[in-house]
Amino acid sequence: MIEIKDIHKTFGENYVLKGISAKFEAGDNNLIIGGSGSGKTTLLKCMVGLHEPDQGSVLYDGRDFTRLNFKERIEIRKEIGMLFQSSALFDSMTVEENIMFPLNMFTDQPRREKLKRVNFCLERVNLEGKNKLYPAELSGGMKKRVGIARAISMQPKYLFVDEPNSGLDPKTSIVIDDLINEITEEYQIVTVVVTHDMNSVMGIGESIIFLYEGQKEWEGSNKEIAHSDNKNLNDFVFASKFTQAAREKL
Amino acid sequence: MIFYPLGKYILLLKAVFRRPEKWNIYRREIFHEMNSIGVGSVGIIAIISIFLGMVTTVQTAFQLVSDLIPKSIIGSIVRDSTILELSPTISAIVLAGKVGSSISSQIGTMRVTEQIDALEIMGINSPGYLILPKIVGAVIMIPLLVIVSVALSITGGYIAGTLSGAVSANDFVLGLTTGFIPFTITVCMVKSVLFAFIITSVSAYQGFYTSGGALEVGISSTRAVVVSCISILFADYLVAQLLL
Repeated sequence: MIEIKDIHKTFGENYVLKGISAKFEAGDNNLIIGGSGSGKTTLLKCMVGLHEPDQGSVLYDGRDFTRLNFKERIEIRKEIGMLFQSSALFDSMTVEENIMFPLNMFTDQPRREKLKRVNFCLERVNLEGKNKLYPAELSGGMKKRVGIARAISMQPKYLFVDEPNSGLDPKTSIVIDDLINEITEEYQIVTVVVTHDMNSVMGIGESIIFLYEGQKEWEGSNKEIAHSDNKNLNDFVFASKFTQAAREKL
Repeated sequence: MIFYPLGKYILLLKAVFRRPEKWNIYRREIFHEMNSIGVGSVGIIAIISIFLGMVTTVQTAFQLVSDLIPKSIIGSIVRDSTILELSPTISAIVLAGKVGSSISSQIGTMRVTEQIDALEIMGINSPGYLILPKIVGAVIMIPLLVIVSVALSITGGYIAGTLSGAVSANDFVLGLTTGFIPFTITVCMVKSVLFAFIITSVSAYQGFYTSGGALEVGISSTRAVVVSCISILFADYLVAQLLL
């Protein structure tokens, strides 16, 4: 379980996170939703240590990440997998080298074993045989899937996903959501997904927190979201006429 | 104003020289950088060095109009100015443009496309993995390039001097071999190691702290070249003042 307590973050004059607390359970798809500039990605980056929170703590199964030194943080980071919004694949490496990279860095397995793991991860994301392609040769959806394969290559306990559907068509978005959902359930990992994609919210949002202007405005599940009376949440979730019509039918 | 970036630069260097996660991966990267920085720059260094020597010889001959000064002095002047100043400094300035801008844009692009964040998340010391091999590769290869530059520059001077008739082959060789102070080679090597460190570390610093997009990568790259060149010239003066 990951628990965040009273996270505050400012950038100069800009007060981005105003005391956010939440719990993210293993085996659930934990979604952080909110409009642009609400602090979703900043919160995610504070959780993984890419930003230092000004105040508050991030507990990974009781271990306070914000109080750890460099070496202790590295031990936790070996348990973390992350899919970035831009996929963040290493341009100069092939798909195989990208996925094998963390294995090369942190394990002493023979190359045969590492290759076996790479092929397993590629198979898991339905990209068998794409080992020798470079990121520039992949479509947006394929890049995301390679990103997921790299994130799970070290068998992480915690998976962070930043805007998995940005720039993807609806069909590919569903493929990525399903993949995240399957991996979370199969390996019983703590998955935290930052998104503003309503299909994701309705499809895989077992546990959702809604951020509004740097504060946690609402917490619940996709089943509860349609019946919420929170105005800011409703304005965000049911912004389009299509979703408004869908809500009326519920 | 200068203290904040200087502090950040020192902290970055501290992270660069942390113990590597896996030596064999770093070793492979060092060889890759040695090839990219060293072998990849031989052509440009060869061309500029030959012309540098040629111009130095012709211009020195032009200025030595007195009959009281022997022509062989041209060889000595070309030798000493090449070893002490022209080869290490001009090579470093050219490499700051070629290698420095490449390092800065490469690391800057990795920053803006979140590849550095990806390294951090994996638990990898990103300054160490990205910058240390470049510094080590440059510190090994740039002095070798400078040695090549010295040899080609003097050869260029010899060719230009004899072809133009500014100095005879015998006089030029006599000048080269008269009054040689081996310590000048030490100064040349100290300069080239220092310049190699400046080019790679300053350019990597500019790239590592890039924020924004493609435009900012270009700005970082330009700034890397400008700051490297100024730092090289400042270090050049410092070494000359301290060692000579």
